[in-house]
Amino acid sequence: MNERREFLKGAIVFFPAAGVLAALAREVAGREAPAKDAGAKDAPKPYTPADHFYGMGIEIDKCIGCNLCAVACKAENRVPDEPFYFRTWVERYTIMRDGEVIVENISLGPQKETMADAREVVRTFFVPKLCNQCQNPPCVQVCPVNATFTTPDGAVIVDETRCIGCRYCIQACPYGARYLHPATRTADKCTFCYQRIVKGLQPACVEVCPTQARIFGDLKSRASRLVRFKRMNKIHVLKPQLNTEPKVYYAQLDGEVR
Amino acid sequence: MRIPEQVHRLAIVLAIVIGGTLLTRFVIIPRSLVSTELHWAQTTQREATRPLKFAGSTACQDCHEDVAAKKAKSFHRVLACEGCHTPSIKHAEDPSAAKPTVLRERKLCATCHAYDPSRPTGFPQINVTAHNPLKACVTCHNPHDPVPPKVPKECAACHAQIERAKAVSSHALLTCTTCHKAPERHKTAPRTALPSKPDSRDFCGACHGQGAAGAPKEAPKVDLSTHGARNLCWECHYPHLPEGRS
Repeated sequence: MNERREFLKGAIVFFPAAGVLAALAREVAGREAPAKDAGAKDAPKPYTPADHFYGMGIEIDKCIGCNLCAVACKAENRVPDEPFYFRTWVERYTIMRDGEVIVENISLGPQKETMADAREVVRTFFVPKLCNQCQNPPCVQVCPVNATFTTPDGAVIVDETRCIGCRYCIQACPYGARYLHPATRTADKCTFCYQRIVKGLQPACVEVCPTQARIFGDLKSRASRLVRFKRMNKIHVLKPQLNTEPKVYYAQLDGEVR
Repeated sequence: MRIPEQVHRLAIVLAIVIGGTLLTRFVIIPRSLVSTELHWAQTTQREATRPLKFAGSTACQDCHEDVAAKKAKSFHRVLACEGCHTPSIKHAEDPSAAKPTVLRERKLCATCHAYDPSRPTGFPQINVTAHNPLKACVTCHNPHDPVPPKVPKECAACHAQIERAKAVSSHALLTCTTCHKAPERHKTAPRTALPSKPDSRDFCGACHGQGAAGAPKEAPKVDLSTHGARNLCWECHYPHLPEGRS
């Protein structure tokens, strides 16, 4: 009887005290973190996400299929080296005389010479692919735990600490742009190299593209290269019938590309 | 009236349960797990502070002015340094800490310049097995100002796609100069000085017209006066691969 009373007394004191202590600790930690932040951001102007809205332009006729973009993306973003995990990749389209369309992912490995009799080929070209950073993203709609969302500057990103790896978003993406990261077992995707764009740099794939087939820019700035790109070219997006409103704009896109 | 002891005890237990629930909900569970805005802001912050690998196109110019000035006037002017020299933000931050490397093998240049039928027409491409095999590209070409060491003799040096199509066609034995007159300047300024194309139907008619004198027997013949009179021949027939499928 006495022991139980002692225990209850102890518990009454212990639990609220623990809660208050935890709250205090969090307060202190919270105060420290923003202070560090302000120091780092002192030199350049602080970055305001709401002032920007990013997109990408891709000019098909300029792509030479060198695959540097996919290689640079893997280096910048710690995408696994195995040749079937991609945040961005390049496809070769070959349209044959009999109407057959052959699509090959050339980022998968060493390039084959030619695949078909040149006389049977009507046209052939490369199409770089990546997450389309949709303004109406199906992957965000299906996430059961709110782990993926659109940032104010227009990048769709994943919180790997909250993602439960259920793969709904991988199924929902009509562009096949997501994959399950084998180390974290969470969904991973192109973020437009978010760590670079907040510092005013270009995404790694745009940085290394040797023919400027990829253009990156801010849709809210009238002087950006992307806005000029959209003005100077006839623009198409992938799968417009799905109303995903992609922010990756293709110029000279062939009707066979999907 | 005396409150029974059981009610006292029950009240204490109830108070603990309610207090515990409130404590858990408002203090112990982190706010970022409850507030979507806070959670998204934290995720955005985490993404924004990930480490970089590429220093960016402007970082190299500050120290390597001479190379940058040379490259800025060359055909490679839009290439990023780190495309060939590997991502080098560590070198940009502390030049002695890490050195960028460069692959001096042929396969680095072949990434872009090996012949591939899907590449856009006019992009400089070579046949890697036939073009000075076993010799490193840098022995003849300076990658920061890549001009051919001598003006190409063959049209196929640039027009490999056309050359390959023609090689399997019945026009395989015709030389490019049979139909095209290229000004000498075309070799140095390919887009401003364009080669000529046949500008009359009689040009093709010399072999393919009915009753053409000295025409090869196997060349198919048409009546020039009735066959597609309003167009030049190459507006409908592709002369580099006239038969399409046999």
